[in-house]
Amino acid sequence: MAFRLGVDVGGTFTDILLVNEDTGETHRYKTSSTPEDQSLGVLHGIRQVCAAAGIEPSAVRDVLHGTTVATNAILEKKGSRVGLVTTRGFRQVLQIARSFVPGGLAGWIIWPKPEPLADLEDTVEVTERVTTTGSVLTPLDEDDVRRQLGKLRNNGIEALSICLINAYANGDHETRIAEIAAEELPGIPVSRSSVVLPELREYERAITTVANAYVQGQVSGYVRNLDAQMADAGMDARLSILRSDGGLVSGTVAAENPVSLLLSGPAGGVTGAAWAAEQAGYRDFLTFDMGGTSTDVALVQNLQPRIGRETRVGDLTVRATSVDVRTIGAGGGSIAHVPPLTQALRVGPQSAGAAPGPASYGRGGTEPTVTDANVVLGYLPSQLAGGEIGLDAEAASAAVKTIADATGLNEVERAAEGIVHIVNENMFGALKLVSTQQGFDPRDFALVAFGGAGPLHANALGKLTGAWPVIIPPSPGVLSAYGDATTSLRDEAGRTLVRPFSDFADADLVVLLQELAATARETLLAAGLAEDELTVSYSADVRYHGQGFEIPVPIDFSAFAADDGGGFAGLRSAFDAEHERLFSFLLNNEHELVTVRATVNGPHPEVASITLETGGPDPSAAKRTMTSIYVDGNTVEATVYDRDRLLAGNVVPGPAVIAEMDSTTLVLPGHAATVHEHGSLLIRPAEDARPAEDSKE
Amino acid sequence: MAQLVETATEALRPVDVDVVTLDLIENALRSARYEMDETLFRTALSPGIREQHDEFPLIADPSGKMIVGQFGLSIPDFLENFHGTIEEGDVLMTSDPYSCGAAISHANDWLVVMPIFYEGRIVGWSSQFGHMTDVGGKTPASMPTDARTIFEEGVVIPPFKLYRRGERDETSLGIILNQVRKPDWNRADLNGLVAACSTAARRVQEMCARFGVDTYTSALNALLDRNYRAMKTLLSVVFEEGKPLSFTDFIDDDGRGFGPYELKMTITRTGDKVLIDLTGSSPQAQGPINYYINENLIRMFFGIYMITVADPQILWNDGFYPLVDVEIPEDTFWKPRYPAALNGRNHGIGRLFDLFGGLLGQANPDLLNGAGFSSSPHFMYSGNYSSGDHKGEWFQLYSIGFGGIPGRPVGDGPDGHSLWPSFTNIPCEYLESYYPLIIERWETIADTGGAGLHRGGNGVDVAYRFLEPGTIAIHDDRWLTYPWGVRGGDPGARGRKWIDKADGTTTVLPSKVHDVAVAPGDVLHFVTWGGGGWGDPLERDPELVAKEVRRGLVTGDGARRYGVVCTADGALDAGATEDLRAQLRGDRKEPLPLFNRGGELADLLANSLAETGLEAPTPPVAML
Repeated sequence: MAFRLGVDVGGTFTDILLVNEDTGETHRYKTSSTPEDQSLGVLHGIRQVCAAAGIEPSAVRDVLHGTTVATNAILEKKGSRVGLVTTRGFRQVLQIARSFVPGGLAGWIIWPKPEPLADLEDTVEVTERVTTTGSVLTPLDEDDVRRQLGKLRNNGIEALSICLINAYANGDHETRIAEIAAEELPGIPVSRSSVVLPELREYERAITTVANAYVQGQVSGYVRNLDAQMADAGMDARLSILRSDGGLVSGTVAAENPVSLLLSGPAGGVTGAAWAAEQAGYRDFLTFDMGGTSTDVALVQNLQPRIGRETRVGDLTVRATSVDVRTIGAGGGSIAHVPPLTQALRVGPQSAGAAPGPASYGRGGTEPTVTDANVVLGYLPSQLAGGEIGLDAEAASAAVKTIADATGLNEVERAAEGIVHIVNENMFGALKLVSTQQGFDPRDFALVAFGGAGPLHANALGKLTGAWPVIIPPSPGVLSAYGDATTSLRDEAGRTLVRPFSDFADADLVVLLQELAATARETLLAAGLAEDELTVSYSADVRYHGQGFEIPVPIDFSAFAADDGGGFAGLRSAFDAEHERLFSFLLNNEHELVTVRATVNGPHPEVASITLETGGPDPSAAKRTMTSIYVDGNTVEATVYDRDRLLAGNVVPGPAVIAEMDSTTLVLPGHAATVHEHGSLLIRPAEDARPAEDSKE
Repeated sequence: MAQLVETATEALRPVDVDVVTLDLIENALRSARYEMDETLFRTALSPGIREQHDEFPLIADPSGKMIVGQFGLSIPDFLENFHGTIEEGDVLMTSDPYSCGAAISHANDWLVVMPIFYEGRIVGWSSQFGHMTDVGGKTPASMPTDARTIFEEGVVIPPFKLYRRGERDETSLGIILNQVRKPDWNRADLNGLVAACSTAARRVQEMCARFGVDTYTSALNALLDRNYRAMKTLLSVVFEEGKPLSFTDFIDDDGRGFGPYELKMTITRTGDKVLIDLTGSSPQAQGPINYYINENLIRMFFGIYMITVADPQILWNDGFYPLVDVEIPEDTFWKPRYPAALNGRNHGIGRLFDLFGGLLGQANPDLLNGAGFSSSPHFMYSGNYSSGDHKGEWFQLYSIGFGGIPGRPVGDGPDGHSLWPSFTNIPCEYLESYYPLIIERWETIADTGGAGLHRGGNGVDVAYRFLEPGTIAIHDDRWLTYPWGVRGGDPGARGRKWIDKADGTTTVLPSKVHDVAVAPGDVLHFVTWGGGGWGDPLERDPELVAKEVRRGLVTGDGARRYGVVCTADGALDAGATEDLRAQLRGDRKEPLPLFNRGGELADLLANSLAETGLEAPTPPVAML
């Protein structure tokens, strides 16, 4: 028997999912994360889950892992002390950045002065210059390089980044500096901009390269620890790590390019949602992952998540390919408040976080949070979750009452409902960013809700977006681990060209694409995959000449290979269609090829799905109790169900609360949840509720 | 007066809107406004809009009052000046400040105004203007620094229907685009403006469908009222009844040798209302720096300053306007007589930041910042390629520079940043890819930020080496008067411009100049000014000063302004620092001044040539 492990390390919990590849049988284990060394918690979890399944850890063949090590290094400012080498005249590239000040017309009055990720004290410039076409204007002064690196050595830097002007066009000087650094700064890891991000725009390239160097120490140390711990446990499994773009890479490759891991965690959620949605028979959907402090949303078309070229973590934005996940700082812990001057009801951006947490957690929090509002409304009955978490309803009510008083809403329930409506609206705003604002109608999509708080707000978001059904996957709290366990190895290679279409014949591009594919294949072949297991896809970033933004467009390789001009013609019309969809107009300007990419995928792992026993529409066998909830200004009686006792084909009419170990699903009046045979709950308006096989396509 | 054609005649009914629905609509409007920006940035071709974001959107209520936006303009004034019908599917545009009550303030800004119809009636307006890199006229980028009339500033488009019931007026557009040097840019940017307004219209229509048109429009009134109430409270807290506050700042010259222009603002509260009075400002300028301003824009600026600190999440709107009276005398800098030149009004707009800061900061310490980088200085470079693949082809650059954010109550001012929202710089690699130039240096200049407990941000030196012969133009200011410091903080450094010629000579350039010929190998240094300091520099943490010396943001000599002594490698000499601080404290006059302008104006003028290499300007005279 072969086993694979999905491992998702979050801020609070580490989720382990063990999958028997032959039967699809799974075992889950949830344990506290160990922030000082995440590998400890992971190994603890692996041992526990293997024991529960009655197997030896050595039976595990693959460990597939989504990690927040890189993300946390950024958020908690715990990365390495990074030195930066720039071209003479550009030492302050991070200090000046794009000169952008966020906020409105007087936003500069309250915006704090940012500190660059690489301190100016640790930034040096060297004499050299290349042009935008890659020709050398001023040769590299190697003596100068040694002098400057000497300064950085004295400063005690822990990682080195190199970003020279126009290095995207010619990286030779960066390569040479890295060679000299190996002599002058032995043992210090080096990140080169011409490798990390060979793209035009010096600030974006520099910050991305510096971010790579900044998190590299933590990531490689973590991978090393994890490998060692696994070896100690007698494991000989292949370790793969999920990148921000949803592809897996080997631990070694991940440690070389860690900036591509910043959204590893959310990417696991999106790939997990894709797995669950496919099981339920849906290929186009929005994802809605609501946690305690933030919420991630994304759009998935034909089971492929939309890929973006930017990654945002906290205040940091880098250019790294990632699943186009938008994060907003609103979650169950978001605090509601009323500014005295305007008397508006605001929710967030402040959060009660894990400590002190919502008032209802009884850990000293007194400010009203979204979770408290849910408790007041009865959506989170105080004794659920098998009694593990007791919720203090009185404390929740007292906290929310401060809002009722300040807004004149009188009843505490009305204030609570207001808080929930406003936070739902913020979520709706995030979902619009990935749907309507990209030209997609959310009504053409389903909505997959997960994370600790997602299933509670999902039905309401379905009403706002019109995205039906709302899908609550099995084990919504550990969905990311499913994503880790069910995705495939991937790598990509790209090149920036910034040249008009007319500069190329179809055959020119074929040669280039083949080169890129060969480069991208290398790491997968090195990981032990066979050539014939790999599939390659190609894409290009295209724009009208003169535009500042590109649109990613898939490349039809066969059209280019035919070499009859159909390749570029097809690319042109694909771009125009996308431009028309996004902006509703076209221009006569020439098309420009900015970047081309080859993406190589390993085989999709075969993981059998769970199948529930079939029952009739009547869910009453799973009924636990009744509870009062407050909806639309009225108190109504809702039935509470145990999710693990529901059977395939059961239809749960709203109002209902469906409880399980790590999550609670709310079904609103006028809606019903159908239990799918593969375990998902499909919520729809009551008149549309129907057997699950009937899927939207 | 525009005649609005609506097929629905039933009156809107005011309904009660609960606080939650109100906040939902407020949020949705905020999203729609940012979506307008995003649509335009992604589709525009001119670097000025595409990379730098020189554009301003708004969404208004049925009467034209701004509900959300970042920069006021006046739809009511636009409609007042538009003659003809407005129907569903119409899209209006103009670039004539004199035909729309100064809804825009120079001819480079193309303004699009779109009625938003829902079920046969107007439920609002979306509008956006963007700065076109070129609108024709006698000089590339259409901003002649010596212009006396608007006729020298390119094509001036009166308000007209760009779209009539959904059909674009290709004839008129063709005539307009025939006047400009980069028609493909103007066409794309204009397309983007229309697309952005359509996006906003769609969002408003969706809200009407979701909440009902009565609820939507009633919510707008409630949002306006929310601003009204908040402002009323603030005014009574901040301003003493009947006690006028005044502040004066300057624009150094007008491009034709006259200056400095005195910009004076006085504010007085009487009862619930305040009066903002610009009486006492200089007469209309001879050159193109006049800032023909709309009263509502003064209100808008005032309001933003007042409320930003109190509730940063509030949605800006026109609701508080009835609480603010504005007096702008005719034939002055602020209200010049047609056909006065207007192109260089960016200095006046920018200086409003400092004027309001200096004025309101006297009553509300949270708003007393040093003088900031209160401009959007322009650099233009254009010509024809003389060789290579592009031989004979026309190139044209318009870009905006950035400088020091001032020292502020919250802390230091960022170095080399924008005081304007959403503006960004154009990357070096982008400029070098699209223009025949090499950037040799792009750095902030140590010590250019004013010393203070909170340091002013440094100004920036961008050194452009030209690769093709062409001409350049510059629009900048603060070369003579200093960006003042506050509460004991020092002023920031002045801006400077010079060319190191390929032949080894150096030419100092005035701050406003166009059609300056440059040759391959010439290097222009475009040095912007620093922000003023905030608070007593001798109170600044000496370790932080030493760190900034090691960072190269302050020099060893510059550290002495903070009373800090450093060793050659930037380590703090604590003993020497204590001595120096004691000596400086003993030598100076206490209390420290609230404003430090770096000397008397008469002295600045007398020393102009010696200090700046430029002749002092001649005092402004009234035009006849």
